[in-house]
Amino acid sequence: MSTTDTSASEGKTVTQKKEITPRQALMKRALKNRNLMVSGGILLLIVLIAIFAPLLAPHDPYKQNLLARMVRPAFMGGDSTHLLGTDALGRDMLSRLLYGARVSLGVGLLATLMSGIIGTTMGLLAGYFGGRIDQVVQFLINVRLALPAILVALACVSLFGGSITVVTVTLGLLLWDRFAVVIRAATMQLRNMEYVSAAEVLGARMPRILRKDILPNVTSQLVVIASLEMASAIMLEAGLSFLGLGVQPPTPSWGLMISEGKEMLLFESWLITIPGLCLFVLVFAINVFGDGIRDISSPEGRN
Amino acid sequence: MVRFILTKLVMAAMVALTVSIISFGLVYMAGDPAIALAGETATDEEIAVIREQYGFDRPIPVQYLDWLGNAVRGDFGISYYYNMPVSDMIFSRLGTTVTLGLCAISFALLISLPMGVLSAIKPNSLLDRVAVFIAVVGEAIPSFWFGLLLIVLFSINLGWLPASGSDSWQSFIMPTIVLGYYATPALMRLTRAGMIDVLSSDYIRTAKAKGLRPRKVLFKHALRNAVIPVVSLAAVQMGFMLGGSIVTETVFALHGAGFLAWQSISRNDLSTMQALILIFSMFYIVFTFLADVLNAWLDPRLRSG
Repeated sequence: MSTTDTSASEGKTVTQKKEITPRQALMKRALKNRNLMVSGGILLLIVLIAIFAPLLAPHDPYKQNLLARMVRPAFMGGDSTHLLGTDALGRDMLSRLLYGARVSLGVGLLATLMSGIIGTTMGLLAGYFGGRIDQVVQFLINVRLALPAILVALACVSLFGGSITVVTVTLGLLLWDRFAVVIRAATMQLRNMEYVSAAEVLGARMPRILRKDILPNVTSQLVVIASLEMASAIMLEAGLSFLGLGVQPPTPSWGLMISEGKEMLLFESWLITIPGLCLFVLVFAINVFGDGIRDISSPEGRN
Repeated sequence: MVRFILTKLVMAAMVALTVSIISFGLVYMAGDPAIALAGETATDEEIAVIREQYGFDRPIPVQYLDWLGNAVRGDFGISYYYNMPVSDMIFSRLGTTVTLGLCAISFALLISLPMGVLSAIKPNSLLDRVAVFIAVVGEAIPSFWFGLLLIVLFSINLGWLPASGSDSWQSFIMPTIVLGYYATPALMRLTRAGMIDVLSSDYIRTAKAKGLRPRKVLFKHALRNAVIPVVSLAAVQMGFMLGGSIVTETVFALHGAGFLAWQSISRNDLSTMQALILIFSMFYIVFTFLADVLNAWLDPRLRSG
């Protein structure tokens, strides 16, 4: 079908349909997917909060005020100077939560980026070459899966010292397995497609084929795994900080805030409820967003 | 089948060996363990004494082989912090962790199997929505936070259950719920997906067409096949859970191996840490090996792969 159709009006509608590029079609499906839009909106909001935390925070997140310790949130009988109350050292909870979004998102994004690069490279090479290289990669995946992530991460942080950098790098080195597994399988399938053989016959080199012919076709899988891994990196960071072997005080990390609130559990349970809720909402939104991306990019979701 | 088992066994052994190198080497990657043990304020003489006492002055490969040889015989040396045999400490606490793991996986299966099956029979029903909700929340809730919320509700507000310790069976209830809920979403999703898959297959249609009772078709024909992958995932989850027990046991101060792992890591007890990383990894390797064999036994198509 082309614009040279005999009937002008028919030709017009046909061209209109034809002009929708795959990308536009994807956008259209995305806009229609309510879960994707809502979770995307929440994520955007959290990202904006993280970026503009210094402008939004009503108080200095590190400033202690021993005269105003454990002030209750405004909705629980506190006053409006501290909307979400203060912690055991009199630091403003709202400000600490806003800054905490930076820690969670920063660690999550960087660790995922790092593990994504490691895992995708391994998966592409294993899937493309097969044979020995594939065996080595599968072996490495098995070794990685056998090591309990949280235990190794705890050990690394205790040996190298707790800091955001150490936590991020440790998680980046630990969470690549799912990238490798999925990208390996996808590459194996694509490897036998005719257009890949055509590129090979035309003399394209391996790095070019992997970059130009295979990688663009696994992007949707990459986004889905990245969302899952980002969620687990954020959970692990919070878990490590909660156990006292992650981000160190006085940095405002949500996991650390829960750990600090634990001491006051008997008297003031909102100290752990609020940061936990933030963590839950962030991870929940990331998971739903990943599910949404999978739905709109899978073949069944296209109708 | 023998060939399949042998290949898997060789792979498992190689992975186990590599893991042992990593768990041993981790301590050396961060620098001199003698300095780490002596503390930052120690003098050179004190460090030298420690180095000699624990054998850190020998070449690292010699130390590794020595350690591995003893580890195979169940001897992990002396704890640097508690000054008692590491294996005694670990094995006296492993029972608690294994009990917790078994309770948790049973709890997870008790929820995920019926929910998964029922939601597959009636997709988009109210029950299906509840099941999806349980799964989605379970995937996003941090287990340590969930544990603390349970403590607030059942220990502080209602006073029904002990908040910490491992003296009675009541102490295991909340840890079981927390750890079990952590494993539930994956198991439930797999049961539901497997059941939907099987129910739409030809042989189920034939069985229905023959006029078999729906209940018989469901339990005798469909469930059996849908459950195969769930069983093996449960075995793998069991391996994961023993690692996940670190967080749960620490929240509830349940005196198992996971709590010991946290204590030894926070106290820089390197020998206990090495031993626990190795033992937890071995659990995972054994459980995945069993899952692979079980799978191949139940489904002959997998044996060639």
